[in-house]
Amino acid sequence: MRYAARVEVRLRPGIADPEGATIERALPALGFDDVREVRAGRSFRFEVDADDEDGARRRAEELAHRLLANPVIEDSEVEVHQMAPAGGSR
Amino acid sequence: MSARIGVVVFPGTNCEHDTVLAFERAGAAASLVWHTDERLEGFDALVLPGGFAHGDYVRPGAIARFSPVMGALARFAAGGGPVLGICNGFQVLTEAGLLPGALVKNRGLRFVCAPARVRVDSDRSVLTARIEPGTELEIPVNHFSGSYVCDTRTLAEMRDAGRVVLRYVENPNGSLDDIAGITSPEGNVVGLMPHPERASDALVGSADGLPLLRAMVTAAAAVHAA
Repeated sequence: MRYAARVEVRLRPGIADPEGATIERALPALGFDDVREVRAGRSFRFEVDADDEDGARRRAEELAHRLLANPVIEDSEVEVHQMAPAGGSR
Repeated sequence: MSARIGVVVFPGTNCEHDTVLAFERAGAAASLVWHTDERLEGFDALVLPGGFAHGDYVRPGAIARFSPVMGALARFAAGGGPVLGICNGFQVLTEAGLLPGALVKNRGLRFVCAPARVRVDSDRSVLTARIEPGTELEIPVNHFSGSYVCDTRTLAEMRDAGRVVLRYVENPNGSLDDIAGITSPEGNVVGLMPHPERASDALVGSADGLPLLRAMVTAAAAVHAA
C-alpha cells in the first residue's frame, strides 16, 4: 500500500524563533492586529510504501527523527493517510 | 615530514582552498578529501571547512552528516584524532552529534559578515592549546545560522569542564553565553563559527587566526609522531 505522509517541523518552545517574531511584527501594518503567537516552521510531504498505516507512520516518524527535525531544537508532528489506488478515479 | 591535514569537501563547501592554504602557512601539509571518501588513514587531523554543504537543505549540516566520510570521521574522532569544524563545519559536527547543541538562525534574522573580537576562554582543546586564556583575537564571522543553543545542563557541564573555548567579546548573533566555539570532553573535536583561515595573513586584515591553526597543526604533528 502507498501512504501520503506530511511531517510538520517546529522549533521547540523556548527556542527563539526570529522568523515567527519578524512576521508577527509586520502583521499590524497589514491590518492583522488580532494575530498573536506566530511560530514559523516547515512541512515536508512524501509518499511511503508500507503494509499498513501504523507501518507507514513508523517509517515517517523515523525519517522525521533522523533527518527532517533536529531534536535538540525542533519538534515534529507526523500525519499519514492511505492514498487512492493507482489508476483509481479522483 | 610535516603533519598531514585532510580538508573535507562536500558539494557546496566553498572555503576549502582558503583552508588548505592557511594550514600550509601554519606549517602542515594539507589536501582535499571528497565527502564520499571513507579512507582517512593518511591524515593526522581533519577539518570540515565553511560553505553550504549539500546546499544547507533541511538545516545546515543535516544532510552532510549522512555523507560517507562522516562515519570514518567519527571513528577518527573516537580514537582521539584532532577534528576541527569551521562555520558550516561546526554545524555539521553538531548535526552529527560529535559536538552537543545546535546552531540556529541569528538573532533578528541578521546575516553577519564582519570582523569579530573573540576571547580564548580555555586552552583545553586542540585549537586553543598553549594559548593564554583571556587572549583576544580578531577573526571574521560570516554566517546566518550561528546562534549557538543547548540545554542548561549541557551548558553547565561545558562551562565546568572548560569546554567553551572561544567567546565573542560583543555577541553578533544572539549565541547562548556568547559562545563562539566549543570542544568535546576530550578536547580533540572543536567547532567554531569564526573563520581563522580568513585571518591568516596581515594582508587580509588580521593574522590572529594563525595561533589557532598552529595549535591544530601541533596536535596533528603529535598524532603523526605517535
